[in-house]
Formats: sequence, C-alpha cells, structure tokens
Amino acid sequence: MNDLTDTKAIPEKSRYSAGVMEYKKMGYWEPDYVPKVTDVIALFRVTPQEGVDPEEASAAIAGESSTATWTVVWTDRLTACDKYRAKCYRVDPVPNTTDQYFAWIAYDIDLFEGGSIANLTASIIGNVFGFKAVKALRLEDMHIPVAYLKTFQGPATGVVVERERMDKFGRPLLGATTKPKLGLSGRNYGRVVYEGLKGGLDFMKDDENINSQPFMHWRDRFLYVMEAVNKAQAETGEVKGHYLNVTAGTMEEMYARAEFAKELGSIIIMIDLVIGYTAIQSMALWARKNDMILHLHRAGNSTYSRQKNHGMNFRVICKWMRMAGVDHIHAGTVVGKLEGDPLMIKGFYDTLLGENVPANLQHGLFFDQDWASLNKCMPVASGGIHAGQMHQLIHHLGEDVVLQFGGGTIGHPMGIQAGATANRVALEAIIQARNEGRDYLAEGPEILAAAARWCSPLRAALDTWKGVTFDYASTDTADFVPTATAS
Amino acid sequence: MRITQGTFSFLPDFTDEQISAQVQYCLDNGWALNFEYTDDPHPRNTYWEMWGIPLFDIADAAGVMMELAACRKVHAGTNYIRMTAFDSSHGWESIRLSMITDRPAHEPGFMVERQEQAGRRIAYTTRAYVTTRPAGERYT
Repeated sequence: MNDLTDTKAIPEKSRYSAGVMEYKKMGYWEPDYVPKVTDVIALFRVTPQEGVDPEEASAAIAGESSTATWTVVWTDRLTACDKYRAKCYRVDPVPNTTDQYFAWIAYDIDLFEGGSIANLTASIIGNVFGFKAVKALRLEDMHIPVAYLKTFQGPATGVVVERERMDKFGRPLLGATTKPKLGLSGRNYGRVVYEGLKGGLDFMKDDENINSQPFMHWRDRFLYVMEAVNKAQAETGEVKGHYLNVTAGTMEEMYARAEFAKELGSIIIMIDLVIGYTAIQSMALWARKNDMILHLHRAGNSTYSRQKNHGMNFRVICKWMRMAGVDHIHAGTVVGKLEGDPLMIKGFYDTLLGENVPANLQHGLFFDQDWASLNKCMPVASGGIHAGQMHQLIHHLGEDVVLQFGGGTIGHPMGIQAGATANRVALEAIIQARNEGRDYLAEGPEILAAAARWCSPLRAALDTWKGVTFDYASTDTADFVPTATAS
Repeated sequence: MRITQGTFSFLPDFTDEQISAQVQYCLDNGWALNFEYTDDPHPRNTYWEMWGIPLFDIADAAGVMMELAACRKVHAGTNYIRMTAFDSSHGWESIRLSMITDRPAHEPGFMVERQEQAGRRIAYTTRAYVTTRPAGERYT
C-alpha cells in the first residue's frame, strides 16, 4: 500500500505504468494549488467509507468528475492532461461531525461547454454520487467564474423588468395557487383565478401537476384563465397575471402551449423543474424572445436537496437556475409548512437576487460570487403561510419576493376575494409601518390588528389562522455558527 | 370602483403626515422623488405626465411635500397624482416605490371589450370609461 501521507504526484514514467493507482498520486490532489479566476470550483461534503482516507476519497471525486477512470490509461499522454484534471486542493473536517469532510475541487473552464447546464452537471454530478469509496456525497456549493457565467443568458426578464412590466413597486408581489390542485373543470378553475385576482392578488398560479388531464384539458384551462385575468384587470385597474403551466411530455408540446399562452395575451408561463435542465434553458430562451416572464416550480427538488449528507444543496440549484434563465423560483418561506432554516434561506435569496454576493458560512455560502450582471431571479415563498405571519415574512424575506398564499387565500371563511384582500391589506400595512421606521417585527401583531379594525376580511383571517405555525426542526441547517465572544 | 395601482392602494388614503413619512424613507435610501399626474388610468398607461423633473437635489421631506402641494393646486380632483421614487444604483436603475397620493372623487372604472374569434378565442381590450372624453375633460 502506498504511503497516504505522501501527497506528491509521482514522476511521469511510473505515473503511467499500467494498473491501479491512488487518485491522490494521479494528480487529483494538489494541496498547493491556487485556483485561477477562471476555474469553476465545487465544494463537496464527503463521507468516506470507513478506512478510506478523506483526501484520497476527495481526490477520487476530483478524478471521477473530470478525466479519470479506475485505472491508469496511457492515452492521457496524448493530451494536456495536467490542465484537464480537476484538482482537489483542500479538505477540512466538517464542524461537529466525525465522519464528514468538505472537499474543495477546482475545474479548468475548458472542461465545460459554454451555455450548457447539462454539460456542467454531467461532470460535476454525473458519475461521482454512486462512487463506492464514499458512503455519501453532497454538492454544497459552487463558484462559477464570470467568464463562464457570461456564456449563459440568465433570467429571461429579471426582477426589475418584471416589476416595470407589472407596474408594481415597493412591496412583495402576491400570489396564490389554485386549489384543489386537481379535479376542477376549466370553468370552475377560472372562477378561483378571477376571485383571487379581483380580491387583490397580483398573480394566480397553476400547480406543478396541472398539465392536461381528463378533468381539464390545457386549452380549456388557458381560455378560461385568460377570461379571468382580463376581467380582474378591468375590475381593479391593475396588471394581473396567471402562471400558465406549459409543462408537457415533449419540447414540441411545451412550445405549442407556450405559443398559445402568448397568443392569448398571457404575461407569464410556468414550467416544472422535473422537465430537466436543457428543457428549462430552451424555455428560458423562448421566454426572452417572446417577452414572457418564466416561473419555475421546483417540483422534485427535495428528493435530492433535503438530506444533509447526500445529494445537493438547494443553493446550487438556485445558482444553476439563475444561469439557466428562469425569472421565478420557489425558494422557501422560513415560517411555512416546507423545509426551511432562516439562515439557509437567506443564502438562497442572496444567491438569486445579489449582484456581488460575498461568502458567508453561516448562510451556507462558501464562495464570493460575482453575478456578472445576470438578471436577478425572483424568489417565491409558498406553502403554509397566512396573513397573520406578514411581519415575519417581510422580516425574513424582504420585498423582492412573491408571497403565495394558497390555502391562506382560498380557505378564507368569507370567500376567495376576501382571502386575497386580507393578504393585500396585511402586506401594505406592514410595508407602510416598515417604511415609517417602526419596529414592525415586534409590533407586527398590533399593526395587523389595527388594520383588521377597518378591514373585516383581515379580521376573519387573523381569527381563523391565529396561532397556526409549523414549528419543526430543519434538516438542512448551517454547519457554521457564530462563536459567542467574551464581553 | 377604486383603482388599486401603486404600493398602498388597499389602505385608506394617506394623510400628508403619512405621505411625508414615505417621502422620508425614500430620501433616506437616496432615491429621487417625482410627481406625475394623468386622467387616463389604464393599467398599461406607463407614462403619466411629469410634474417637472425628478427632485434629485431636494434633501428634505418638507421640500418634497411643497412640490406635491404645488402639483395638487393645478391637478387635484381632475387627475390621479402619484409619487414615484427612482433608484439610480447599478443593478436597479428603476422605480423603487410608486404610490397614488390623490385620486378623483369618482372613479368610473373600466370595461372589458371582448372580440370573439375563431376557436373560442377572445381578444380582450380594457377601456376606461372616462377616456371616451377628451384629455383634460374627464374628471371635471
């Protein structure tokens, strides 16, 4: 067995002798390496199999996600292989664990095709997650160099232009998902959309699994929904929208549905994450070309983003989706029914909205990230939130977010319009108080109660959902906590 | 009906003191304020008439409120008036807050015109009832 503490790659001649060799010695472990500004860097959480040296496991990941196979190949010598080898340059134990390590791996930009999330991910997450030498593996974060970012379109519309087109400034946008998500006829479905929009929401939304089913085929939905949108617009004098989900079995069908949405005058369409990275990029190009806002529902992400030791962190999905070019992405609520630690969610929101985002370990951001003027992507907060939490939502999520109250609108005892009005009044009251410099987080319940004195829908909402919270421990939490300083 | 464009249209109309607090918030953020007015409330009427250029150099809320008073003297009652805050910082370079400060006493609202087309399609037009009359004579 080779000496595991010897980290030097071995001389050229013996390096290429036929047989199996440790990845560390094949050039995939270079502790002195200083990443170039054009390198892509990935940070993995590695759980090596028992008895496997962490540096060797990390070097193996560098190898298998770049040029290596399990044995030495002489054909490497026909290439500038030193350049193409990914280089693991740092391995640290994960705080408060005994068997996990953070591995920093740098990849030369020439390993990747410009403008292709599929190509980037085929390398970074293509093979390595099933690798036997590791018990578990998680992609925690990535640094994307400006040179590579500039090969991507970025969000088709972006937060600023979306606000300009919608003529909505200074507050979060409000939305709701039509419920029940399955079973409504087109005519009934449009009713829910009209009521929500007329009551004060900016957007209504198809759910992830509403496509074209026996109870409602897609054309019928699109036609009734646009009647609802246009009627609500006239009733309020405000621009309104509904995310028409164009997700389908083929690209041809998705384009056909998107074209129909455009012909009907919709300002926004929607796709699901499960359609795949290439399909998402294609729809983003279509959206840019057709002046359409593109909403992404993150359907499926929790199958691989939730567990801490395996899969990938959602912040990486945020990065890829901003590059791929979507305008909206669901990114957590903190206070709602779905997974979401406040610090982690701050990291997601900064990733979607920032221009120059500094590393922040408490927020799970391991790298400084310059977004190279790619548009901002609007985070969407959805799932188990209601008007009584408005002060907390604005405190945690800020104002560049779409707050989506599905049950919190449609489940209102006085009806859908009243539910929408309650949310809009609560939102504007808290924004007013924030701008006036009040301590709106502490005074939130009083501010809402004061508005409820003249707004009976808000009063009913506060009474109905009083005390509804989803207080479970998060599974995806920060590894780094601030150290208390002696005072 | 009450048109609900702008940041605070679902709240009761703001008092001058409340408007002034919003002005102060915008000034504290370094945004330039501007007043605009129109008698065409269509939701896609982007360009309301400007009451002068944005107040880039007025640093106190009282000064901004004096401009609003001057604008009101000419246009209140016959026009909507809104206050818009512009942020020139890189990456935004657009509006940060836009609120209606004044509205006509009576807001007749809009009608939807439906043009039936082939295949159950309908082409929709939103039309403000007031715009059947010439500009300047709509809310008198």
